[in-house]
Amino acid sequence: MSDTLEIEQIGSEYKYGFVDEVKPVWKAEKGLSRRVVEAISYHKDEPAWMLEFRLKALEIYQSKPVPTWGPDLSGLNMDEIYFYAKPTEKRDATSWEEVPEEIRKTYERLGIPEAERKVLAGVGAQYDSEMVYHQVREELKRLGVIFVSIEEGLKQHEDLFREYFATVVPPEDNKYAALNSAVWSGGSFVYVPKGVKVELPLQAYFRVNTAELGQFERTIIIVDEGAEVHYIEGCTAPVYTTDSFHSGVIEIVVNEGARSRYTTIQNWPHNMYNLVTQRALVKKDAYHMWLDGNLGSKVTMKYPSSYLVEEGARSDILSIAFASSGQHQDAGGKLIFAAPHTGGSIVSKSISKGSGRSSYRGLIRVYEGAKHVKVNVECDALLINEESRTDTYPYMEIEDDTATVGHEATVSRLNDEQIFYLQSRGLPEDEAAALIVRGFIEPVAKELPLEYAVELNKLIELEMEGSVG
Amino acid sequence: MVNQLEIRNLHAKIADSGEVILKGVNLVVPKGQIHAVMGPNGAGKSTLGKIIAGDPSYEVTAGDILVDGESILELEPDERARKGLFLAFQYPVEVPGVSNANFLRLALQAKKGEEVSMMEFYDRLQRALKTLDWDESILTRYLNDGFSGGEKKRNEIMHMMVLEPTYAILDETDSGLDIDALKVVAKGVNAMRGPNFGALLITHYQRILNYIVPDAVHVMMDGRIVTSGGPELALQLEERGYEWVKELAVTGS
Repeated sequence: MSDTLEIEQIGSEYKYGFVDEVKPVWKAEKGLSRRVVEAISYHKDEPAWMLEFRLKALEIYQSKPVPTWGPDLSGLNMDEIYFYAKPTEKRDATSWEEVPEEIRKTYERLGIPEAERKVLAGVGAQYDSEMVYHQVREELKRLGVIFVSIEEGLKQHEDLFREYFATVVPPEDNKYAALNSAVWSGGSFVYVPKGVKVELPLQAYFRVNTAELGQFERTIIIVDEGAEVHYIEGCTAPVYTTDSFHSGVIEIVVNEGARSRYTTIQNWPHNMYNLVTQRALVKKDAYHMWLDGNLGSKVTMKYPSSYLVEEGARSDILSIAFASSGQHQDAGGKLIFAAPHTGGSIVSKSISKGSGRSSYRGLIRVYEGAKHVKVNVECDALLINEESRTDTYPYMEIEDDTATVGHEATVSRLNDEQIFYLQSRGLPEDEAAALIVRGFIEPVAKELPLEYAVELNKLIELEMEGSVG
Repeated sequence: MVNQLEIRNLHAKIADSGEVILKGVNLVVPKGQIHAVMGPNGAGKSTLGKIIAGDPSYEVTAGDILVDGESILELEPDERARKGLFLAFQYPVEVPGVSNANFLRLALQAKKGEEVSMMEFYDRLQRALKTLDWDESILTRYLNDGFSGGEKKRNEIMHMMVLEPTYAILDETDSGLDIDALKVVAKGVNAMRGPNFGALLITHYQRILNYIVPDAVHVMMDGRIVTSGGPELALQLEERGYEWVKELAVTGS
């Protein structure tokens, strides 16, 4: 079977691949230009400094070459992409009734309002380029928790916004962070005040409906001293024959003694380029966890990073990548230790199926003077078929010799003996294979909220159907 | 319908290398009986067990395997399990990340072809654990992952007791066990004994047969059953070694 056929087959199984009958109320012309950037800023009714920032970022973007050290990005044609599509005039509706019916139906199909009632502290829903809904539980609002779209964050809390915006990920960081800085639209602005513990997760849900649209959400999360929050993002889109593009920037500041967790369940269809910059600044005795699940997309380049900038800061990065035929998941993480007695770990589990390719790319940097850093890296790759591929690019830059650094990497193939053993107890071959894969990612998956763990298991079962034997 | 597990003139080789292991095995285990297969290393005993269970690394070149009169040669290992077969592995396989109990419940449901309630499952587990003098901590551990040799063997017997097969093949379940563990394993097998359970006990040593008294003993050498008899045959082997049976093999009894 040719790759294309196989990809089509997977696409037909992709249960979020439906197209909504929704036409944007306004859409920028195709391609990227100064005019498009100005139009985005105009539609958002932004202060002058933001337009200035965007235009400068556009220049930075244009001055940087397309990175060639990772996956092949030659299929990504910026002239064929819409950089902005406004789904509705009303942003940040606070009740689902205010969301246009067709759009609301989509989120209902995806189970978002139901999850909001049951297991979430707040929901933000982005449709194409704008956040159409944002709501957080009343009691959290009373405690001063802010959970609004990034646009409303800028409008309503400009000083706080300016204090943090682009401080964790500056436009100069990389080509796609610069692009996002120029054309950003949507995303969340989250502020959790000192000592407030948000028990249930906040979730942002990203949906791209318009074909050939680029989605460029920008999220800022500020977790103040001693506060706690768990933010989850999920993403899906219809299956189109043309490629789409998603390039977000996430900036997180975890202040002294605070704890935060950012979970991504990325399940884009297999025609999406997904190039995301996620970074957390972790202060004194604070903790941040990245839980990064990359299942969908055509190409993903995503290396959540934590900068441990004050004493006692810690961070763990847990990563799961699943690459089927036609997919390249280039994922991993970065831990930068810039203060003494900091610590952390990266645990990466990747699965490659068919001709799929997954790469672990990680960086551990310990600056001189960052005494007694403890860090451990474990990356395990599982190959399902003969033609499946995996690569490991672990970079280590250790400048302080008091650091304790562990690194372990394994590559294994789906084991025939394991399959026979499970099969001999009554499980059909596909189920046996899916169970082995689930077991393989269990150390990471067990950190997921139950609903997501169940969903992940279902996805893996679907992916493993007919994949062995 | 004949209620028996029948191996009929079975010839088999290793799929990869082509090395011939089974050279015409004939064997019948009636339901309700426990038969022992003994023999020296390399006789093909374990291969026989794996081939009955459907191990794809072997290729059957002639003969047949019948469960209650029906050939299972064309069936996948899981389909054979659903026909009532069970293989207790000589070297149980480690499956990290998969909990022992979760897997066992999935296997039971697959075997029965229907949802098994937590109540019923828990009930089965409790009975098995009690017989095997075991505590529940083994249930939440990952399947065989980091189990000691003895724990692995005991876990195989627990799986057998929960899945309640009609015909079980126990592949050297006794090897590597101390006497106490051996007694516990024997207790599990004896608890299964009854008109609806048949077993093939593959072993190198007579020792386990002191605790599980077989209805018949077969001696296997060089890919064939060379002689069969009652429990006393095992004792004879213990005394005289396998040398004297070799002569039987040569003379082709």
